[in-house]
Amino acid sequence: MSEKLRRVIIEPVTRVEGHGKVSILLDKENKVKQARLHIVEFRGFERFIKGRPFWEVPVLVQRLCGICPVSHHLAAAKAMDRIVGGEKLTPTAEKMRRLMHYGQFFQSHSLHFFHLVSPDLLFGFDADPAIRNVIGVAKKFPDLAVQGVMMRKFGQEVIKATAGKKIHGTGAIPGGVNKNLSIEERDFLLKDIDQMVVWARSALKIAKDYTVEHLEKLAPFGSFESNHMSIIRKDGAMDLYDGGLRAIDEDGNKIFDHVDNQLYTDYLIEEVRNWSYMKFPFIRSIGPENGWYRVGPLARINCCDFIDTPEAEAARKEFMAVTNNKPNNISMAYHWSRMIETLHSIEKIKQLLNDKDLQGNDLVVKGQRREHAVGIIEAPRGTLIHQYEVDENDQVVMANLIVSTTHNNEPMNRAVQKVANDHLSGVEITEGLLNHVEVAIRAYDPCLSCATHAMGKMPLTVELFDNEGNLLDRKSK
Amino acid sequence: MSDNITITIDGVEIPAKQGQTIMQAADDAGVYIPRLCAYNGLEPHGSCRVCTIKINGRFQAACTQPVAPGAIIENETDEINDIRKSIVEMFFVEGNHFCMFCEKSGNCELQALAYRLKIPAPRYPFLWPDRQVDASHPDVIIDKNRCVLCGRCVRASKDLDGKDVFGFVGRGPDKQLAIDATARLVDTDLDVRDKAIDACPVGSIMKKRVGFAIPIGQRKYDKKPIGSDIEDKNK
Ligand code: FES
Repeated sequence: MSEKLRRVIIEPVTRVEGHGKVSILLDKENKVKQARLHIVEFRGFERFIKGRPFWEVPVLVQRLCGICPVSHHLAAAKAMDRIVGGEKLTPTAEKMRRLMHYGQFFQSHSLHFFHLVSPDLLFGFDADPAIRNVIGVAKKFPDLAVQGVMMRKFGQEVIKATAGKKIHGTGAIPGGVNKNLSIEERDFLLKDIDQMVVWARSALKIAKDYTVEHLEKLAPFGSFESNHMSIIRKDGAMDLYDGGLRAIDEDGNKIFDHVDNQLYTDYLIEEVRNWSYMKFPFIRSIGPENGWYRVGPLARINCCDFIDTPEAEAARKEFMAVTNNKPNNISMAYHWSRMIETLHSIEKIKQLLNDKDLQGNDLVVKGQRREHAVGIIEAPRGTLIHQYEVDENDQVVMANLIVSTTHNNEPMNRAVQKVANDHLSGVEITEGLLNHVEVAIRAYDPCLSCATHAMGKMPLTVELFDNEGNLLDRKSK
Repeated sequence: MSDNITITIDGVEIPAKQGQTIMQAADDAGVYIPRLCAYNGLEPHGSCRVCTIKINGRFQAACTQPVAPGAIIENETDEINDIRKSIVEMFFVEGNHFCMFCEKSGNCELQALAYRLKIPAPRYPFLWPDRQVDASHPDVIIDKNRCVLCGRCVRASKDLDGKDVFGFVGRGPDKQLAIDATARLVDTDLDVRDKAIDACPVGSIMKKRVGFAIPIGQRKYDKKPIGSDIEDKNK
């Protein structure tokens, strides 16, 4: 690069899960040239899995992420189902896994919304950070804070009943599950279910009302047009647990549809860039320049033709009406779509709890052994891909994982760049700019280090460098 | 002279028979002495020292020490428990033990001992040794990361299975479980039904493809601490 570029560094980003570093490159006119979100991701895990027996992997991979262990557990289990030729699960096994998965969605989305996002929505994201935090919410809206805690706890109880433990359970095993749902476990969960539905409705209302009320301000905020991707059921319904891959462009045209999970590498490819540990996946047929896409709640609502639970479907219709039934490309609409999924999850949990199949005893199937397998699932943050090769001795010889935050890598960079463009003036790092960058990243709910829960207040440092790396300015809060 | 004698463990008199070890007498009386290399049906080995007790003021291994009339034995004292703890901690740092994704979790004697002895974390630095996994056998896998060199498989293969599948190579910190004379498990006459496999107290020798079929929480030591079966005799 011949131009003199300056660099603004913001680190770490508060109130996202894990932590990262943002740097904004300026040109000599002090205009934003490029924004980068640097993510420290623990890729070493793929090597650690090598040599391990395949049946250990669904339990082992949960250590990859302290935030969505259930998603890794299930994605790996789905791959190992194929390894043992048991991908056609028994009804009890599939429903137990789905119940576990919806429990994870419910707890993860609730945590994100109440603990990380609600301060911005309830106080406005220009509000004083001293009150714009979860403590502030607890003081001013005590009922809401309690709801958040109770919803998260309920989701964890669902996980415990299906996986055996609240975190790092062992419920899914190759070809099925190792337990069913006892009547006691079912009744324990059923007694709170109606309350959870009520609270999920009211959380959805908060997210919707806020977005609709502030649409003018939110619509351009960190927004850009993009492709969207998720898995989808055969009939086009949203399916968080299983389905073929669908990608659409910013207008809703299909790029590919119902792609067999085993063939994902024919459609997606990962690019390595020298400044980030994280890879940049893109759609092969479009290429690296324009082939990137968004995943997660917004992408899932955009991709699906309908949702198969009544209340969430009604909410989806309202959501899509805002953009005249075209894909919604507003970054801040992630929060609203996330709450639609929360309601969908609890509707699904309620259906499943009343399903007698969960008390069945036919738990595991096996068939023709395979050496290659891919397992894809929608994690709360988006599409999660696990790919394995297992040798004839049952040892894993290759593992490749693409996590949700990796798919959203490019979109998050775009969002930061957009916000920086719109809100940076001069070379002064204002509190407003910091907040806006954080709010934009948080919309994507990234789990940056895949290891820590950084829910508390973390110190924020901003550094301004010239193109030779000299520190021009530093601000902390 | 009668075969029946009396010994005292932690101030309580218990009956014993001449020729018994202290561990056997204690087991019969419902008194648990922690152990690792001792295994029902095998000759005692006296190598792990988890069963350390004090008899008439001297440290001994309860699994090999014969009873003597009037012996005064200390078992559950702070001093002895600290020695046992320190030994179990050494096992943890000398291997690569990750209970959180080990399929033996809940059925593992080493883990159960750590819980029973209330070990929060080892006092010694982890050595992170470089050890191999041998998955060459169609039905059995050996993960040497988790081997504690108790020798139970070596003795069980010889004494119970009438084979000679396992042995040790090297000395001191380099000592390792070896298989027969040859390199790989598949080259031995090990059978998946061999008692040597069940004799492994940890997740080192395992039947393949069993994994997590029994949920964590429903396993042997999830329900009751190690030693409960012996202590229950007293109730
Ligand atoms: S049990 Fe006595 S020395 Fe190992």
